[in-house]
Amino acid sequence: MKNIRNFCIIAHIDHGKSTLADRLLHYTGTISDRDLQEQTLDDMDLERERGITIKSHAIQMDYEFEGQPYTLNLIDTPGHVDFSYEVSRSIAACEGALLIVDATQGIQAQTISNLYLALEHDLEIIPVLNKMDLDSAMAEEVTDQIVDLIGCDPEEVIPASGKTGLGVEEILKAVIERVPAPEGDPEAPLQAMIFDSVFNSFRGIIAYFRIRNGKIKKGDEVKFVNTNKKYFADEIGTLKLDMVAKKEVSTGDVGYIISGIKRAKEVKVGDTITLVNNPCAEAIKGFEDVKPMVFAGIYPVDTDEYEELRASLEKLQLNDASLVYEPESSAALGFGFRCGFLGMLHMEIVQERLEREFNMTVITTVPNVGYIATTTDGQTFNVNNPSELPDPSNMAKVEEPYIKAQVITKSDFVGQVMNLCIEKRGILKNQVYLTSDRVEITFELPLGEIVFDFYDKLKTLSKGYASFDYHPIGHKESKLVKLDILLNGDQVDALSALIHRDNAYDLGKKICAKLKELIPRQQFEIAVQAAIGTKVIARETVRALRKDVTAKCYGGDITRKRKLLEKQKKGKKRMRQVGNVEVPQQAFLAVLQLD
Amino acid sequence: MAGIYVHIPFCKQACTYCDFHFSTSLKLADRVIDAMVTEIKLRRDEIKSPLKTIYFGGGTPGILEVSQIEKLLKAIQTHFDVHPDVEFTLENNPDDTTQLKCQGWADLGVNRLSIGIQSFSDWHLSWMNRAHNAAEAKMSIQNAIYSGITNLNIDLIYGIPGMRKESWEENLSKAVDLGVKHISAYCLTVEPGTVLGHLVNKGEEKPVDDEAASEQFEFMVDFLEKHGIKQYEVSNFAVPGSESRHNSAYWAGAAYTAIGPSAHGFTGHYRYWNIANNARYCQAIESNKLPQTVENLSRDERYNEFVMTGLRTTKGIDLERIKTNFNVDLRREFEAKMKQIIEDGSAKIENNILSLTKKGMFLADGIAADFFILEHEN
Repeated sequence: MKNIRNFCIIAHIDHGKSTLADRLLHYTGTISDRDLQEQTLDDMDLERERGITIKSHAIQMDYEFEGQPYTLNLIDTPGHVDFSYEVSRSIAACEGALLIVDATQGIQAQTISNLYLALEHDLEIIPVLNKMDLDSAMAEEVTDQIVDLIGCDPEEVIPASGKTGLGVEEILKAVIERVPAPEGDPEAPLQAMIFDSVFNSFRGIIAYFRIRNGKIKKGDEVKFVNTNKKYFADEIGTLKLDMVAKKEVSTGDVGYIISGIKRAKEVKVGDTITLVNNPCAEAIKGFEDVKPMVFAGIYPVDTDEYEELRASLEKLQLNDASLVYEPESSAALGFGFRCGFLGMLHMEIVQERLEREFNMTVITTVPNVGYIATTTDGQTFNVNNPSELPDPSNMAKVEEPYIKAQVITKSDFVGQVMNLCIEKRGILKNQVYLTSDRVEITFELPLGEIVFDFYDKLKTLSKGYASFDYHPIGHKESKLVKLDILLNGDQVDALSALIHRDNAYDLGKKICAKLKELIPRQQFEIAVQAAIGTKVIARETVRALRKDVTAKCYGGDITRKRKLLEKQKKGKKRMRQVGNVEVPQQAFLAVLQLD
Repeated sequence: MAGIYVHIPFCKQACTYCDFHFSTSLKLADRVIDAMVTEIKLRRDEIKSPLKTIYFGGGTPGILEVSQIEKLLKAIQTHFDVHPDVEFTLENNPDDTTQLKCQGWADLGVNRLSIGIQSFSDWHLSWMNRAHNAAEAKMSIQNAIYSGITNLNIDLIYGIPGMRKESWEENLSKAVDLGVKHISAYCLTVEPGTVLGHLVNKGEEKPVDDEAASEQFEFMVDFLEKHGIKQYEVSNFAVPGSESRHNSAYWAGAAYTAIGPSAHGFTGHYRYWNIANNARYCQAIESNKLPQTVENLSRDERYNEFVMTGLRTTKGIDLERIKTNFNVDLRREFEAKMKQIIEDGSAKIENNILSLTKKGMFLADGIAADFFILEHEN
């Protein structure tokens, strides 16, 4: 146990975490040249394209240092705000963390909030200044930022480059010398924390764990404390580039367990594994049931594909336990599912995976957050869909979720960032200068405002020099109204949104204008209206198509023309018929694309 | 019902809007005609029933010598069975339609001329880079009638950027006054790869204004009908009885043999088209090969074509026939669409025949596409 080191990496997106991790794996011989694919730790295509590690993974390295063999467990962490709970569990499985900062960019909000998490768990922080090979590296300035932040000695900051391999040896040395060995009692009852799980189509769910006390043997009957389910440890082992089966995994180490679990839902990140015949006295602290923060309807474009969509969501859920869904129906869209996501990125990922991996063409409706409504007779219930909101006459109050949001930006952009947050109904809570030109601003904001174009606006007005992080802080009462959209007089429930009363007129006008742009001209005129209750507050008209015919159709034109019209028909099939009106997929997300 | 289409791939000059296959050099003319004579022989077994229509199109068949036309016609008569009551159409331009040529064509048996007049306005004619002027346009009609060919079609173009309704009305009035029995009136189409296409792309010419074009279209339908010339297809109008038999056959799904570079043919089972390159066409034919691409049609594709072409005609599509031939019950399978186009006045059903109204006719493509059946659905 004294030769085990468990550590994770804290870094902002694009700060080079994955490339540097590859360097460590390569240097320790964990992967060969041939295996060295770029970003070895990110194995979903999507992750690689987005440059974000969505799901955390773990990998074990063997390394000899000063004549002693060491086992180094690197636990990868997701880098996006939607997955902050998973990050906290990865951190809880470690004794140390590499804080990787891009020398050309400096510290970002995401890094700071994860760093705070790591400090809360008493992790030993090893600061690394990455991308030192670039001419634009600002070594001194960024070193100062790091020193300010964690109060270390400037000499402790390791200059590195994932590209050239600079600093790799020094990082490994620091991990061994500075990160404490794990503590725990190998003879105590088993107490292991699940920090991640993956789905394997042959083996079922594979759970990754870190053992606090005791040991686990192949064939043991184990219990997951929070779900209270029992399984047999069919296979256990440690994680190299591939899984390495073992007879036993002991205190302090990181490993995996395969026990024939089919559904990802049964394996909850943060849960404790113990032995059935010799259980631990209490579960490891910090477990939370992750709750979805953003909800949206997902519908098949082709109504016949409802069952196929259900099957696809079921399969998706096998390896994405944070996705929740239940059937719902919409007057406009027919049968579909109300899905709950951790955040906006998670929602986009689910939609993309449905399209890529399952070949589904889906409509995602306007996302909303979870509200709490209280009726006049004192009943309280959750509203995850605007259409569930009680009639205003029966409603005593509505509460919406609030978040505490941290933005770190250059001092030049403070004014614009404040304006944006105030425009989004935010309340300024704190403002701290991290360095002379980097400011951390803390706001309380309704989560619902983040759902609408907040990220894009923040990025644009700060020219990309702003980072953002948030944590939920509970619900607050708010003056919300339901804004309905009507096409040719028919209400399209899938386009309804709950918004603050003060924004209703402005938003109604913008949504109508956007829909006018997105709905193609058809054989008849289309009225696009926004309404609150029965009161129409905005209107636009999509004028009827006047000409849709080619002049000539003789012997030589027939084939070409037929193919052209077949293509047209295919295009129309990607749209959704609402009443008589054909509505393109992207129109259902019109509210997210307002200027 | 069977016909033959002969494509003459030569023109005097290029019109700004045209994307048909043609060459403005007559250098290859004799070689191409010899090759076409050979192709006629190669295709002699394609069609069994007697030819009821012969159509020389292009390009501009009118620029050929009468003897060159005669050579092609002789080959057709040698290798095909020609019906005694054949409709024999020749496309030509006003500047080729001299008294001498008209007489020569009449002597060969040409009994229908389709004259590319396009406009009676000199300003519009020069905008289109046509080779003739308004006076020649009128003269060509007189020459044809004098030679005894009275079954005349003239082509007209509307929807020209900036065209006023009055100038369109003037064009139509002139056509009516000159006593033509058939008008093909085409809305200007901006095709990629044409001079006009480039100008519109660069923003130097305005695209066709759909609102104005649709007004001119509706005006034309009413105006011509008042003068006894009835619409029978999106772009075709005739005194009843003078409709083009050859073109009507295309829309009814009849077979036709195709001769010449870029020409398209249909056997009833498959479509084919020749290569659109004069030199390569000749090379292939000279080694007794047909330079063609063949497309076999599935039942769905034949259905789609039937709907697409049928809805362009005032005859419409026979719902019973569709049920029998294609096993598609339009009323049931496209109930909502059917209801919508009838309610909004775009279509009507009479005696089980679905046809488009004046309003629907200008939307015929979109409506036809809505009734299409795509392969993967089955």
